[in-house]
Amino acid sequence: MNNFLLLPIIIPFFFGMFLIFNQKRLAYQRIITMLGLILAIICALSLVYKVYLDGPQTVTFGSWPAPFGITMVSDMVSALLVTTTLVLAFFIVWYGFESIGKERERFFYYPGVMFIITGVNGAFTTGDIFNLFVFFEVLLMASYLLIVLGGEKAQLRESIKYILVNVLSSALFVITVAFLYSVVGTLSMADISLKIAEIKQPGIITVIAVMFLMVFGMKAAIFPLYFWLPSAYSAPPIPVLALFGALLTKVGVYAIMRTYTLFFTHDLAYTHELLLILSIITIIAGCIGALAHFDVKQIIIYNIVIAVGVILFGVAQMNQIGLEGAMFYLVHDMIIKAALFMLIGLVIYVTGTTNLRKMGGLMKTYPALGWFYLIAAFGLAGVPPLSGFVGKLLIVQGGFQAGNIWTSLLLLASSLVVLLSVMRIFIYAFWGEQGQVSNQVNKKVYNRMFFPTMLLVFISILYGVGTEWLTPLMEDAAKILIEPSIYTDAVMKGGN
Amino acid sequence: MEILMAFVCGFLFMAAIYLILSRSLLRIIIGTGLLSHGAHLLILTMGSFKGSAPPVLSEGVTDYVDPVPQALILTAIVISFGVTAFFLVLAYRAYQELKTDDMTLMKGSEDHE
Repeated sequence: MNNFLLLPIIIPFFFGMFLIFNQKRLAYQRIITMLGLILAIICALSLVYKVYLDGPQTVTFGSWPAPFGITMVSDMVSALLVTTTLVLAFFIVWYGFESIGKERERFFYYPGVMFIITGVNGAFTTGDIFNLFVFFEVLLMASYLLIVLGGEKAQLRESIKYILVNVLSSALFVITVAFLYSVVGTLSMADISLKIAEIKQPGIITVIAVMFLMVFGMKAAIFPLYFWLPSAYSAPPIPVLALFGALLTKVGVYAIMRTYTLFFTHDLAYTHELLLILSIITIIAGCIGALAHFDVKQIIIYNIVIAVGVILFGVAQMNQIGLEGAMFYLVHDMIIKAALFMLIGLVIYVTGTTNLRKMGGLMKTYPALGWFYLIAAFGLAGVPPLSGFVGKLLIVQGGFQAGNIWTSLLLLASSLVVLLSVMRIFIYAFWGEQGQVSNQVNKKVYNRMFFPTMLLVFISILYGVGTEWLTPLMEDAAKILIEPSIYTDAVMKGGN
Repeated sequence: MEILMAFVCGFLFMAAIYLILSRSLLRIIIGTGLLSHGAHLLILTMGSFKGSAPPVLSEGVTDYVDPVPQALILTAIVISFGVTAFFLVLAYRAYQELKTDDMTLMKGSEDHE
């Protein structure tokens, strides 16, 4: 059954369609959403297993031969990211039952979540550059709905800016695809890779590479293009913020990773050097932002920017170890960002404020929350047994191997700033005198929100402890990134 | 012909950027409309203007224009149509709630330091 790799895209799509009906019946909405996500997770896990056993899976729609139809490709990179996306969506939706609010749930919140997952999974799986644009638009349209849903003043104000930025970057994406089409005359990603290798990457392809970096960098929030992210992400409610923070920027990171390892590999001295410099400045800019704010949401939001820089630093090394580290760190960062936003949401729920200066003394009343936050914070910074360690170790190792000594040391130093920024939340909110407390905390609601958060932190611990089991998968993923011929062979020969 | 179209696209992009950098929200939305026009025209131009017959199979014709860019444009048009409709309604709602269409007045959150 070679259509199997489409199931993680199609299942959320169909369940999203069913959710459009019966929008006022909350029980129906919740049960159908969870059912769809569990089904999709099972399919995604078996897809990972299949890709591990048989190599990359491909299907070209309508039985057209490879460069003429739209190809969907599931290699280890995309299979792992699809699985992570679905697992995170499951926990975030579960968390949202108590925190998103009944009014939003009645007005197409769940279809929005399902369609955003359709778009994200499609973008991870597609093997056609214009189809990638279409899936970007699918996830962006759903994200416009989710960011403005509720219609508060701040949401309206920020979503105007968010939409404007994304309309601009989408137009730039179309323009870039037009230029690329006029040079290589094809849209299939495997075929583009072969054609660029044939013509040995003339100057115009390098220009297109930089344009792609601008397009995807705008989605992924790299240094000069991250300006929209902090204010846009501060507007929506916590479950939506967790969904955005864990998934949306990572799609841009994945697209940069894919195009810079598959297409533009013949002028590394220019393109990858540029990527390296931009990723380092991204890390610095994120560090400055994370230290400057006293707003818990903003601190974690700037940590997204730092992580994007770290992953792209790994990609810019262009060696097996660096790419393996980037894959490890990408999956880790998706999990830990979702967990941190959920923990921050609980802190905001029990204190009723996002201002760190007004908080304090939560350790006496909510010790479990404090300890889990501490574990997640250490995981983010990369303390050895936890999840962030292996990825950053391999990235730095790759950096040393490629001869980028000083920038790798800077990357290590940034971990200290990350640790400082998240420990500041711990110190201000959990230690010291009793600070502000919200007067409408319902212990039962709190417990129901805490349970999925706790499970997600456990998953991140498992991810760190179980590195040994994940290494073969990540090695597979890095191999396909470093060796584009595996990808192009799988697509052009119809795969297996 | 391609040179002329490149100048037209460039002029559309210039006008779009000028409008997007202005203060009024409606002028910005008109700018995004011009931007998408420019992008669609650019796809058509980049597919080159070779060929004379429309890409519909008919007897005795061998010289068709490239059908791929037309399919891409059709897709991009409906997507930008959907986004623009959403954006216009959002601008309407924002005008009702925030009582302004001046982008310089729509800044910061209330509790910003």
